Amino acid sequence: MKKTATLILCILIASIAFSQNQENKVKKLPSVIIKDIDGKSINTAELSNNGKPIIISFWALWCKPCQKELSTIAEVYEDWQKETGVKLIAVSIDDSRSSARVKPTANGNNWGYEVLLDVNHDFKRAMNVNQIPHTFVLNGKGEIVWQHTSFAEGSELELIELIRKLNKGEDISGH
Amino acid sequence: MNKIYNYFIFFSILIAFPYISNSQNFMNSGSITGNFQMDAQYYQKDSAIGAPEVPEQLLMNAFANILYTNGKFTTGLRYESYRNPMLGFDNRYKGSGIAYRFATYTADEFEITLGNFYEQFGSGLIFRTYEERNLGYDNAMDGVRVKYNPKQGIMLKAIIGTQRFFWEEGPGIVRGGDAEFALNDLFSSLAENKTKITLGVSAISKFQATEEILYDATKKFDLPENVGAFAGRLNISRGSLSLSTEYAYKSMDPNSLNNYIYRHGEALMLTAAYSKKGLGVIFSAKRIDNMAFKSKRTETGNMLFINYLPALTKQHSYSLSAMYPYASQPNGEMAIQGEIVYTIPKNTILGGKYGTELKINYSRATSIDKKALNDSIAIDEKATKGYTSNFFKFGDQLYFQDFNIEVVKKINTRIKGSLSYVNILYNKSVIEGHPGAPDVTANIVIADITYKLTSQKSIRFEGQHLISKGDLNDNEDPSKGEKKNWVMGMIEYSIAPHWFFSVMDQYNYGNDENDKKIHFYNVGLAYNKNSSRIQLSYGKQREGILCVGGVCRQVPAANGLSITITSSF
Repeated sequence: MKKTATLILCILIASIAFSQNQENKVKKLPSVIIKDIDGKSINTAELSNNGKPIIISFWALWCKPCQKELSTIAEVYEDWQKETGVKLIAVSIDDSRSSARVKPTANGNNWGYEVLLDVNHDFKRAMNVNQIPHTFVLNGKGEIVWQHTSFAEGSELELIELIRKLNKGEDISGH
Repeated sequence: MNKIYNYFIFFSILIAFPYISNSQNFMNSGSITGNFQMDAQYYQKDSAIGAPEVPEQLLMNAFANILYTNGKFTTGLRYESYRNPMLGFDNRYKGSGIAYRFATYTADEFEITLGNFYEQFGSGLIFRTYEERNLGYDNAMDGVRVKYNPKQGIMLKAIIGTQRFFWEEGPGIVRGGDAEFALNDLFSSLAENKTKITLGVSAISKFQATEEILYDATKKFDLPENVGAFAGRLNISRGSLSLSTEYAYKSMDPNSLNNYIYRHGEALMLTAAYSKKGLGVIFSAKRIDNMAFKSKRTETGNMLFINYLPALTKQHSYSLSAMYPYASQPNGEMAIQGEIVYTIPKNTILGGKYGTELKINYSRATSIDKKALNDSIAIDEKATKGYTSNFFKFGDQLYFQDFNIEVVKKINTRIKGSLSYVNILYNKSVIEGHPGAPDVTANIVIADITYKLTSQKSIRFEGQHLISKGDLNDNEDPSKGEKKNWVMGMIEYSIAPHWFFSVMDQYNYGNDENDKKIHFYNVGLAYNKNSSRIQLSYGKQREGILCVGGVCRQVPAANGLSITITSSF
């Protein structure tokens, strides 16, 4: 019994590992239903930006570096949008203790982002996020091409550089 | 061991399922993602701070999630290993194994999940299963969930299962359903209406076989096998205004948390918010009465909660302001919170060149009004209806109060920072369960300044000072003095996007006892590359309460070298 189970598992792992070598491997956004700050249900697989890149940033009200990242980008966001057409989606993982405070905070801070509420971490789990801030970059086709955790002053410069490269059609997976 | 093999078989079947049901394209179209985290600490005994000797010397917690997605099919598992559980984590986690596995299939309007899942109805007042790995909190369901979305604007959910209890499962079966209606999506006549309305109703029932629990030597508690809970919620928003409310009711549920009283439970939450560009205002109020709801009636710890009772207080991020955190009191609590977030516009006297962010927050939690049933029965007396209560009246016992203000300012292209003031009143006897301990008042001032050296290099200073009154060194013995004043300083140097270095010290310089004037120093280093991070730190950790994402746990004093490795793929 145990041997059979082990054998099946080995075959499966091998076949899956093999299938990972296929060239057409792309990671798209998983499909999870979460809400935006106006209470409207959103399917995360349908997040899009008219063929332009998307930045997805996981954050929370209790996370200082997250808010620093979002405030820092907010200062240059209009310029970024004009230059590259990029859209930033800020996904709050605050639970129902403080999720109601997210919209007043986002508005009060003058962030121009699309803000989503992942109150029970369904999207966070589907995206394999452990610690926040955790930032993803999607290319114009909606494929996840880069991710990064933590924020230090100046990290935003790397981010916009990557977006520029994506717009030029360069591969950024090596960064 | 047998159990692990059962998991293997279960998981193998789950993976094999789409092979059978899908075409030969399967091999090419699936994708595997996942993450990994390991925390380990090498402990050194330190009797001055109360850090115990750890016989294993090194303790480690680790987990890895693997998700496999192929079109409408997703399956996943999480392997966890606690060898042995780190200090502060429940020792019943000791061991390794597959703690979580599931398969989800989406067919048109249906989504079906078998195995483990996390779910929340409304704000969680009657049902929320949730995990917070960093705190060792996990009450995942193991069972079946079906979601049905018959048309735009309607979402129906049904769940059944048992809950995780360390490496076992709780004895109670939890089942229920939730229906949510977004009226503007549902009725085309409302589609363009500026007022958006969402309605929801949910019901949960818990079954646990009755058991014999005696009191007063010979009498048996009357324990219902089925406990029902219901909730209704309403969200209305129009432009910059929004209003949301949820009410929950729970039938009589005598348990060890409510002292086995034969009384129903109730909860009400109400939030009104107004926000526009540059200004956000929010006011919330809630009432909780006898709402401890677990899938095992004798469980007293953090596990097996079926519902979630969110605290209406701000969760502080700085170490000294987070020293006295609040958690909801499930047996009865009235609370209010208000917050204003305002950005003083650019190019004004107070706003300066870049504008100034201002946050003011106030919260207060008290007991509920409780009156004795009659002269011969004490309030909360077991095996009685407990008490009567005026729904709208605040109780006269203050549990917690927090007034805080934060100013965030960019001075020029190189310097930015924030200044905070926090005033806390903390009812230690209720919150920590030390009867007789006096209330603690704390005044905290925090400065956080970042100086940019180059476009990638920056240095950050954090200075905090806390003045407390009433925080006894020994809750049973006031003659051992108070903790009084703390000071904290930190310097962090970062080279974006990879490196962080930090040095910090927390010093209880005001302690009445000379041998308790201790430095809690810590040096740290972190390296990030894409979605991987490695972090090393050496130093002392103060005993206290650590809160992440709305859940708190007691962390013991510790001294030593710790390492965290985390990665996502």
